[in-house]
Amino acid sequence: MQKIEEKAKKALKKKATYGEDIELEKFVRQAEPVSYADLDPEEQKRLHQTGLDLSKQEHSGAFFQSDCSVVHCQSTYKGLEVLPIKEAIQDPEKIKDYCWQAVSVDTDKYTAAAELDLDNGYFIRALPGEKVIYPVQACLYIRKEKFAQHLHNIIIAEEGSELHIITGCATSPHLVSGLHIGVSEFYIKKGAKLTFTMIHNWGEDVYVRPRSGIIIEEDGVFISNYISLGPVRSLQTYPSATLAGRGAVARFNSILVAPPGSELDIGAKVTLKAPGAKAEIISRAISAGGKIIARGLLVGEVPGIKAHLECKGLILSEKGIIRAIPELEGQASGVDMSHEAAVGKIAQEEIEYLMARGLSEEEATSTIVRGFLNVQIDGLPAELQAEIDAAVKESEKALI
Amino acid sequence: MLELKDLWVEVEGREILKGVNLKIEQGETHILFGKNGSGKTTLLLTLMGFSRYKIINGAIIFKGQDITAFSPHERAKLGMGISFQRPPTLHGVRLRDMLTICGNGSGRGEILATQYNFAEFLDREVNRGFSGGEIKKSELLQLLAQDPDLVLLDEPESGVDVENLNVIGQMIKELLQKNLKRHRQKAGLIISHTGFILNYLEADKGHILLDGKIHCQGNPREMFEEIQRHGYEECARCRR
Repeated sequence: MQKIEEKAKKALKKKATYGEDIELEKFVRQAEPVSYADLDPEEQKRLHQTGLDLSKQEHSGAFFQSDCSVVHCQSTYKGLEVLPIKEAIQDPEKIKDYCWQAVSVDTDKYTAAAELDLDNGYFIRALPGEKVIYPVQACLYIRKEKFAQHLHNIIIAEEGSELHIITGCATSPHLVSGLHIGVSEFYIKKGAKLTFTMIHNWGEDVYVRPRSGIIIEEDGVFISNYISLGPVRSLQTYPSATLAGRGAVARFNSILVAPPGSELDIGAKVTLKAPGAKAEIISRAISAGGKIIARGLLVGEVPGIKAHLECKGLILSEKGIIRAIPELEGQASGVDMSHEAAVGKIAQEEIEYLMARGLSEEEATSTIVRGFLNVQIDGLPAELQAEIDAAVKESEKALI
Repeated sequence: MLELKDLWVEVEGREILKGVNLKIEQGETHILFGKNGSGKTTLLLTLMGFSRYKIINGAIIFKGQDITAFSPHERAKLGMGISFQRPPTLHGVRLRDMLTICGNGSGRGEILATQYNFAEFLDREVNRGFSGGEIKKSELLQLLAQDPDLVLLDEPESGVDVENLNVIGQMIKELLQKNLKRHRQKAGLIISHTGFILNYLEADKGHILLDGKIHCQGNPREMFEEIQRHGYEECARCRR
C-alpha cells in the first residue's frame, strides 16, 4: 500500500496523454452529506434519466453516491456483493488482487488524486457461478457547485458468473461546474460475463476524467455501452482492456452527441493476448456543434484473434468537428483485424428516399438520426436497452 | 393523370432530358424502353422531385396541378410513388419502421410482408445486405403500403431470380389494380429492359427514350419485339 501511495504522489502533477489539462485546485473538495429525501423533484428526474430508480423492484442491487457521501448501498441478491469501496478496502484479503491492478495509479494526476484523496466509489462482485439477472443500478452524482468528485470502483465477475451494471454519472440540474474523476477496474474471470452500461448526464461546464482498465480471462465476456448525449465541457476517457485468456471477448459501444461547447475525447484500447480472443469497438458520434475525437486501438499479439473497429460520425452543424482515429496493430501473422470509419453529413439521397415515402424533410432527417444512434446491443437485457433507447429519444428532441 | 410538357432536365451541369412530352391517363400503364444511359432513370427521379435533377424548362402536371417545383414529400402526399433501382441503405432504420412510414402509420405493410413471404426481413435494416431481388421486393412492398395513384417503377425485374419474377409480377399487378377491368384508379410508368413485365400484365402504351427525347409511342408488346429484332434506333426510326 505504501508503494502505491508513493507512486501516486509522484504522479500528482502528471498531465494526461489526451484531453485538456485540468487544474484540480480550482475545484472544491468539501461537501455536506445528503439523503435521497433532500433531493428536489428536478434532481430526482435527472437521476431517473440516468437510470437510477430506487423505487424499482427489478434490480439486484443499488449504489448511490452524492458528492463524497454514499446515500444508498444495498444488495438484494445473495450471490452479489455491493459495498462502498472504502468499506471494501478495510478487508485487504478482499481487494488485494484487484486494487490498481487493471489501472496504474501513476497513469496521470487524476488516478493519483483518486488514490490520495478518495471520496468513495463502489465495490461490486458477483460470486462464482451466480447469474445476476436484474441489473445493479449505480449512480455517481455531483450536487455541490465546483465539487471535484474522486471515485474508485472495483467490479469483479467471478468464474462463470453473469452481471449487468448500469451506472449513471450525473450532475445536479442546478449545478454549472464540477469535476468527476472516476477510476474503474473490472475483472472478468473465466467464463464470466459482464455488461456495463454507463449513461452520462452532465452540466455545461463539467469536466469528466474516467480512468478504466479491464482484464478478461478465458471465455470471459465484457460489453461496455457508453452513452453521452447531453452537454459537458470536456469528457476524456480511454479505457484499456486486456483479453488475457483464450476465447475472451470485449465489445465497446459508444453513442455520443456533442452539443456546441462540448468536447468529447473517447476511445478504447483492446490488447488481444490469446488465441480465439475477439474485440469490437463501435462508435456512433453526432456533433451538433461540439467536438468529438473517437479513438480506437486494437493490438493483436497472437494468431487466431479477430478484431474490428467501426466509427461513424455525423456532423449536423457547420461548426461541428469529428475526428476519427482508428488504429490497428498486428504483431503476428494470422491476426484478423479491420476497421471502418466514416464522417459526414446526412446524405441528401437518404433524406429524399424517405421524403418519397411521404415524410417531410424534418421527419426524414429525424428518422435518419434516430437510426444512426440506434445501436442494438447483443446480449443486453431488454430493460437496459430500453434505458438506452429512452436516452437516445430524449436527445433527439434537442438535436432536431 | 400525368402530363409532361417539353421537359428539359440537367444533372450536374449535363443536359440529359431534352424536351420530353408524355401523357398518362388514369388507369393506364406505360412502359418506357431505352438504352442504358438514355435518361430513363433521370426521367423517373425527376418526376419524383429529387433535387439532383434540375428542371431547366418545361412543366410536370399531376392531377391537374403544376407540381414542377414540389418536393418529393409533396408529390408523395399527392399520390406519387416510386420503386428505386438502387435505393440507399438506411442504417438503423428497420424495414418494419419503413413500412409504417409508407403506410402512414397503418399496419398494412406488415400484413403485406407476410403475404409476400418477406416477414423475416421486417427487422432488418432497410436495404442493408439485401440482394438485388430482395431490394426489389422491399421496394414494391413499401409502395404497396404507400398505395400511390401513380406508380413509377425503375427496372423492377433487374437482379431478380427466375423463381421470384412471378412474385414481383404479382406485386406490380396488385399495385396497378390489374384485377379491375373497369374504374381502375392507378396508373404506372415502368422502365423495363427485358420486357419481362409484359408477360405479367397488360400495358397500354410503350415509349422509347432516345437522346433525351421520347421518340415514339405504340403497342408495347409490338415495340418490344421490334427492339429485340432491330434495336432501339431502328425501332424509333420506323415508328416516328
